Amino acid sequence: MYKAGDLRKGLKLELDGEPYVIVDFEFSKPGKGQALYRCRLKNMLTGIQFDRTYRSGDTFKPADVEERKMTYLYTDGQFYTFMDQKTYEQYQVSAEQLGDSRYFLTDNLEVDVVLWQDKAIGVTLPNFVVLTVTRADPAARGDTATNVTKPVLVETGYELQAPAFVEEGDRIQIDTRTGQYVTRVKE
Amino acid sequence: MPDPREPVLRARARIVAAVRAFFVDRGYVEVETPHRIPAPLPEAHIDPVRADGGVLHPSPELCMKRLLARGWDRIFQICRCWRAGERGRLHLPEFTLLEWYRTGVDYTALMTECEELLLHAARAAGRGPEVHRQGIRVDLRPPWPRISVDEAFERWAGTDPDRALADGSFDELVVTRIEPALARLGKPAFLYDYPLGQAALARRRPDRPDRAERFELYAGGLELANAFTELTDPVEQRARFEAEQEARRRRGARTDPMPERFLQDLSRLPPCAGIALGVDRLVMLLTEAESIDEVVTFTPEELG
Repeated sequence: MYKAGDLRKGLKLELDGEPYVIVDFEFSKPGKGQALYRCRLKNMLTGIQFDRTYRSGDTFKPADVEERKMTYLYTDGQFYTFMDQKTYEQYQVSAEQLGDSRYFLTDNLEVDVVLWQDKAIGVTLPNFVVLTVTRADPAARGDTATNVTKPVLVETGYELQAPAFVEEGDRIQIDTRTGQYVTRVKE
Repeated sequence: MPDPREPVLRARARIVAAVRAFFVDRGYVEVETPHRIPAPLPEAHIDPVRADGGVLHPSPELCMKRLLARGWDRIFQICRCWRAGERGRLHLPEFTLLEWYRTGVDYTALMTECEELLLHAARAAGRGPEVHRQGIRVDLRPPWPRISVDEAFERWAGTDPDRALADGSFDELVVTRIEPALARLGKPAFLYDYPLGQAALARRRPDRPDRAERFELYAGGLELANAFTELTDPVEQRARFEAEQEARRRRGARTDPMPERFLQDLSRLPPCAGIALGVDRLVMLLTEAESIDEVVTFTPEELG
């Protein structure tokens, strides 16, 4: 069991039989008053977030979740299939559960799949992925300054802003935490 | 490689030197009292750090008031204090308090001194009379608003403090409604006259026996200081301590023996007022730091 003093950002708890992750946390202690542990909790199954305040003396059941190294195989559009690298067992995660993460999956990408009661409920991506640009309009004439950007589309259907010099067929590195362009990759 | 905290730590050193000079100029004597004491003053929600059969003091209040009982009339101290389990963006389990005590005055005299002290410290930090915190301007020029706890609950919490205490929502309403509303006033503010049960060491208001003469100073969303017109009646003080010990037992916290020497000395304590101000948070305010971690040499986590 966790105590209120164990609460911190990133901790995973079970509440009402469902797994939650603390996405924001603040410790407060007004004047001569009691300690308050203010949490923003995200339901790991539904993605719904809400705020709740706990006090010292409250205890929490750890969420029975684990992360396992898996390889991304394919999608049918609705479900994304991953394979456990040790057991070769296959797991499926829905597009809704993946959210924007689905835009950063490429064939054979190694990810950490989050399992709850042996069901896959999400993935933790590597911080950086490399994707191929499938559409990039030519830069407008005279746009030679390095800080000028334009929209480009990558192989997974994700659109982002990239520098004007990026062309169709280029490979670019993207930060999966922000969804933003990092650099062009020379291969 | 230069220490990334160097500018803040240099400002901190200037602020602390200016605070010392402020009190020395006003006739206060700097004192040093023992940091390890046999037992703390009983308080419901302050858990001391245990140390070799005693505790590390959670504040120097106990010894400083015993000095007043021995005849001192203006004293101050800047010292390390310890409180178990307190860690967050505004809390360290080991932190620095400034306490000062003065005989012959009540808590309103300390409000005026707070106004003068902050302006003085701001100048030492190389600042004008304005600072910014979390996008809000804080104008340090006095006078600062003085708002009673009753008025604050009525204006911002939609209830009264006694009802909030009865249903257990008092502390949460202070944190979620009243502190943010005070921050929006654009000046530091005093929240004063707490329900008696929230001020174990403060004198009862003569005209309002269910309220005690305690104030908290807030600035830029930071709770900076806590002050009392000190309770000097040993019989009433013992009863208040018993209530605090009972509250500790209810929450399953360890209780310590009654501080008998303190209670004996209390009968010789003249009318006086005292205040504790968080030095780390004062530095946060004047350097516009977001986290207390930015204003200390080492956080507990950095000690390994």
